[in-house]
Amino acid sequence: MNEKGKDVLLSIGASLVCIVIGLVVGLLILCCINGENAVDGFSRILQGGFYLKPKGIGSEITQAAPLIMTGLSVAFAFKTGLFNIGAAGQYTVGIFGALYSAIILGLPWYLCLLVAMICGAVWGAVPGIFKAYFNVNEVITSIMFNWIGLYLVNELLYTGFGGAMYDQKTTRTYKLSAKAPQALIPDAGLNSIFKTSSTTIAIFIAIIIAIIMYIILNKTMFGYELKACGFNKDAAKYAGINEKRNIILSMTIAGALAGIGAGLYFLSGASEWNPQVATALPAIGFNGIPVALLAMSNPIGVVFAAIFVAHISVGGAYLPTKYFQPEIADLIVAVIIYLCAFVMLFKGVVINLLKKKHADKEGK
Amino acid sequence: MANDYIIEMLNITKEFPGIKANDNVTLQLRRGEIHALLGENGAGKSTLMSILFGLYQPTSGMIKMNGQEVHINNPNDANDLNIGMVHQHFKLVECFSVLDNIVLGVEPTKGLFLEKKGARERVMALSDKYGLKVDPDALISDITVGMQQRTEILKMLYRDNDVLIFDEPTAVLTPQEIEELMKIMKNLAKEGKSILFITHKLNEIMEVADRCTILRKGKYIGTVDIKDTTKEELSRMMVGRDVSFSVDKKPAQPGETVLKVEHMTVPSKVHSNNAVKDISFNVRRGEIVCIAGIDGNGQSEFVQALTGLEKMSSGKLIFEGKDITNATIREKSKAGMSHIPEDRHKHGLVLDYTLEQNMVLQRYWEPEFQKAGFIKNKAVRAYSDRLIEQYDVRSGQGSSTVVRSMSGGNQQKAIIAREIDKDPELLVAVQPTRGLDVGAIEYIHKQLVAQRDSGKAVLLVSLELDEVMDVSDRILVMYEGELVGQLDPKQITVEELGLYMAGAKRDEVPAEV
Repeated sequence: MNEKGKDVLLSIGASLVCIVIGLVVGLLILCCINGENAVDGFSRILQGGFYLKPKGIGSEITQAAPLIMTGLSVAFAFKTGLFNIGAAGQYTVGIFGALYSAIILGLPWYLCLLVAMICGAVWGAVPGIFKAYFNVNEVITSIMFNWIGLYLVNELLYTGFGGAMYDQKTTRTYKLSAKAPQALIPDAGLNSIFKTSSTTIAIFIAIIIAIIMYIILNKTMFGYELKACGFNKDAAKYAGINEKRNIILSMTIAGALAGIGAGLYFLSGASEWNPQVATALPAIGFNGIPVALLAMSNPIGVVFAAIFVAHISVGGAYLPTKYFQPEIADLIVAVIIYLCAFVMLFKGVVINLLKKKHADKEGK
Repeated sequence: MANDYIIEMLNITKEFPGIKANDNVTLQLRRGEIHALLGENGAGKSTLMSILFGLYQPTSGMIKMNGQEVHINNPNDANDLNIGMVHQHFKLVECFSVLDNIVLGVEPTKGLFLEKKGARERVMALSDKYGLKVDPDALISDITVGMQQRTEILKMLYRDNDVLIFDEPTAVLTPQEIEELMKIMKNLAKEGKSILFITHKLNEIMEVADRCTILRKGKYIGTVDIKDTTKEELSRMMVGRDVSFSVDKKPAQPGETVLKVEHMTVPSKVHSNNAVKDISFNVRRGEIVCIAGIDGNGQSEFVQALTGLEKMSSGKLIFEGKDITNATIREKSKAGMSHIPEDRHKHGLVLDYTLEQNMVLQRYWEPEFQKAGFIKNKAVRAYSDRLIEQYDVRSGQGSSTVVRSMSGGNQQKAIIAREIDKDPELLVAVQPTRGLDVGAIEYIHKQLVAQRDSGKAVLLVSLELDEVMDVSDRILVMYEGELVGQLDPKQITVEELGLYMAGAKRDEVPAEV
């Protein structure tokens, strides 16, 4: 096997080791909370959507699509040496774009998706501009933009446009199926297969975008420039690459990806936004970070990492509420996901460990 | 006394995954001697010293001090054994005084307060004893590099270190300062200190060292008495073949002007003064013009402004008759300017890219290497393979080697291949041989001369006096951002050049020749 193939295998191996460590710690916590039922609970988490076939699988797929997008958003920025912690905000603004163009403008789903993408892109571009021209750390600006985005969207959805997007009865935005069915992403029969209402072709769109991102990063001149900026800004400048432009472009694309993620989720009819209760940023936005870490910023890896995270999340929802508070499910899932991601930060250690074992074997 | 070794490193082997950095190396340091450690880049000098300093543990072998086996597990152990080191890049606090730097870490105290009076007396006594002139109250940022180095030496003496390691101490000094350092080193040895002197400059070894241990590719080649050997023999032992020291070249035949610099001024990034002050000169086809000077006199800023990495505040650049003052880096590169940058890791290479990706760093956008925005991998590979072959760039896996894993010399060769193969009208080479061994230096000098002989212009910026004298056809000396002399290398001595570099002598420099 050539060196490159070995490296890929090592990376995958390291990711798997991290997942196992995360799962073990999750199990330990379950044991602490309720030892008797820990194994039962844990097996439900492990089974994920498969615990409640076929509905669970359907909702797993629905969850995975936006996660792939926010994961791509973070991973893409990482490749350029930027930390896009603002995916949650870009996602939130993307939600507004999707819902506004669906309910108020009555646009078809693909145009709604486009508007969501543009909204996210704008929200990503601003921190990029600040970074490029004023050297303000993108982490700080994008965190601030997360909150600006959240409250702005809440305000606009609740009272903006005369409250035309807000349903007094449900205290949420109107269901798209009732108010704007033209904006729903087609399901191509998936809903009837999985007996769900929001399993659409969104997952395929996300996977195709992941492949496109992979091609952009690895096969094109643009990707070559972006990665050069990420690895070594000074050398990129020396080579005549316009690093300011690339920083802005990279953040814009990252924002656009998060925006699409929002569109894929809300235009599938998977959820409605509750502007009065939503004082926290959507978890799908932040979960893009562990997904990207787990995938080592590889766009194809992001697809698998996002499916894994969606799998665990859906599994967590099936924890028996008799023994475990519903919040516990979130806690366990969060511990597993974030531990996986944290351990990835020590992937060097893991890779060395695997390499050593490999070398020992060859030595014998 | 023949067996009176203060430090013995016996049969040291240090393995890193996939490589033996030291392979059965033995180094025995006698009390009161100056012992040179000679080797090419990557020969294992640094690893050996890191083992002595406790930064690495040897895979096998042992270290003895005064005949007793010792275990040095970390730098603190080395300190306790009175082993001190002057690093190549000084470890001084810029905004502290000389005295404060010397006592830093071993501050004498009285209750909660510093007691500097006694420390000052001791420092001054040491300074007198060894002839290490320093001003104890001056701030490090205000004193010369030479005095900074003396501060580092005093730091070791203040800690009663008996074994002094000097890591490439002369790289940053003027000829006069080097001479003084040599005197100081001899003095220290006379007073019973034992000195390990890491270098790849043979002249200095011949002048100052008693014995010399040579390493090559991690292996121990031998230890020789300096009085029984010659420069040629040392270099043969170091490189493994004969090396010519003088650069073989025909007289220059300068043609038309390629680059004209007019009244260039560049602001400094660190202080409010200008780093480059109103300099004017030209470079013609078929000549190697060298900008000489001590590090930090504005050369770096000049090159950055010339190549477009930084902006100049006033002045004009004319390149082949066209005004390129405000051209971008890419435009300058396209117009035919190549740049071998000073810092190959910062600017010259994307270390995490493969060799082939680095080979096209300045050309990836050309139609030869891309189509509709997609990189043509096959063309890149073929091009890279050709450069590797032609310029003898060695690496583990050829074109697909990650550049970070390559040796410094081969990284530099890769940059040189890339920049020369662009077939530039003007090659700007900044310290192209920094940190390289004699074999690689010889090769790079040949390339520069070949470039000149094919009718191209070469602008060399160098801190190495030998290089300045041997390679260039015309020397411009830069001192505190100004050009203070235009010299003919055939007509001046190294000493005279040193006086210009130190600012002791200056003439008017004609803007055009």
